[in-house]
Amino acid sequence: MAGWLTWLRPRRAGPLDYAARWPLRLWVMAVLVFLYLPLASLVLFSFNASRRTIRWEGFTLDWYAYMAGDDALIGAFANSLTIAALSTLASVVLGTLAAIALWRYRFFGRGVFDGMVTLPIVVPEICMGVAMLVFFGQIMPWPRDLAWPFDLGAITIAHITFSFPFVAVVVRARLASFNREVEEAARDLGASELRAFADVLLPHLRPALVSGALLAFTLSLDDFVITFFTAGPNTVTFPVKIYSMVRFSVTPEVNAASTVLMAITVVLTLIGMALQGTDMAKR
Amino acid sequence: MTGGNNRMTGSSRATFAAVLAAPALWLIAFFVVPMSVIWAYSFGRTLGLTEVAVTGTLANYARVFDPVYLMIFAKSLVFAGATTAICLVIGFPYALVMTFAAQRAKVLLLLAVMLPFWTNLLVRTYALMAVMRSEGWVNDALGLIGLGPFEMLHTNGAVIAGLVYVHLPFIVLPLFSTLDRLDRSLIEASLDLGAGHLRTIFQIVVPVVWPGILSAVLLCFIPALGSYLTPDLLGGTDSQMIASVIERQFKRANDWPFGAALSFMLLYLTLAAMAWRALAERRAAGRTADRAAR
Repeated sequence: MAGWLTWLRPRRAGPLDYAARWPLRLWVMAVLVFLYLPLASLVLFSFNASRRTIRWEGFTLDWYAYMAGDDALIGAFANSLTIAALSTLASVVLGTLAAIALWRYRFFGRGVFDGMVTLPIVVPEICMGVAMLVFFGQIMPWPRDLAWPFDLGAITIAHITFSFPFVAVVVRARLASFNREVEEAARDLGASELRAFADVLLPHLRPALVSGALLAFTLSLDDFVITFFTAGPNTVTFPVKIYSMVRFSVTPEVNAASTVLMAITVVLTLIGMALQGTDMAKR
Repeated sequence: MTGGNNRMTGSSRATFAAVLAAPALWLIAFFVVPMSVIWAYSFGRTLGLTEVAVTGTLANYARVFDPVYLMIFAKSLVFAGATTAICLVIGFPYALVMTFAAQRAKVLLLLAVMLPFWTNLLVRTYALMAVMRSEGWVNDALGLIGLGPFEMLHTNGAVIAGLVYVHLPFIVLPLFSTLDRLDRSLIEASLDLGAGHLRTIFQIVVPVVWPGILSAVLLCFIPALGSYLTPDLLGGTDSQMIASVIERQFKRANDWPFGAALSFMLLYLTLAAMAWRALAERRAAGRTADRAAR
């Protein structure tokens, strides 16, 4: 915070010190207000005592209490966390395997596989959403009346499909800095392939695995469009629930739910950035 | 499994199969198959409620060129284009400040765009809805200077404002990474030779980082073009983009083949934009190589 304040204090500008020029500073301020004013007012009004969300009428935690008593919302929240956890686990494994396959081996169809891994990142969400709708509607109908959490299977599969390519990108970037001679030395000294992988390659990959996992978790927790097309009436996720609340009514409860979701993402992002920071400092 | 740098021994071949199998099979089963089914449906005809006969007809694609749908495609392109242009104008100075800021401020400015970027899209859109309502803050502020209240929600302007709000980080982050790699002595030389700051930016900085700008523009344009949630929540009946029409075919209108054709048209547009970007980057790399060779 202190750094922020010194940045605001005027000082004599050098020729390249664009950050110290007033018109540009004002511009940056305006951009930040534009980015944060709506979010700040959303958080603020989740503590508003008035049911109508227009005027400030005093601080209250009622909406959070109300939210905690809303079984449908809490159920959706539990669904979202479960899906995100399962999807993260599978995405880290699949993404790492895909990255290693592309990094280590030259094989027939490598280009096609590379393209296939990249495509889910590029394809518009709506296209993937409708593809999943048809797939789970016609080709591989997911049984409707399974016990929790197995009824979340279709959504989880969809989430893994769009998340693990992102993990693969992160892991591939990290693999580029791996010195293969270290692994060869381990092999020469008698380590088995699996042992060399577990003791040499995996420790090198750890930062990428952590940031990949955070990325996968956030992507899953945040996804609305693709989930919207795969969710059934009994398998509602948090964003889908918030969407229906926004569609039908605007109450401070929506603000409270949104604030919770936002807080989780902010914490995860900060952890991710801090980890990346320590990772950079070590290098 | 032909070719390769090192000949694979039996055991490493087994390892290779073990490494590749899971992600490859997953992608085929849950990505290639669903997309192929949609692709096949786009050449089909609806029989019943959810039954589709793939007949090889091109009628669905012909319908895409119906003026009604062409207009929606055109509108989507205009919305995405306007969004990208506004994002570029807003984002470029921000990225410039970020590039030349002190280390600590740089991290904070980066964090300031990253946080909204990671915040749920739905939450951000909802936040914007609340601000733009006729009893929202913007109208309150306008009321103080004797204007309004204006009906801002459910207009085309609201959709563009929402798309800009959501996509600003998409352009700031790549712009920053390209400006950060710029050779600063070029700017110093230009200033020393008497050019003003604006002239330096437009005649030196912009041409040098042009490939990066193009790349940033596309990274903003592509997701904006396929937006579903923002026009759905902020727009009115006449501000629909392609994604909303696709959604309607699959949910209410129940015309899957036509929806499939529409989504593949959107996909082709996206891939064309990606290909154009790759081409532009290769050409730019070639030019740099030429210059270095000379």
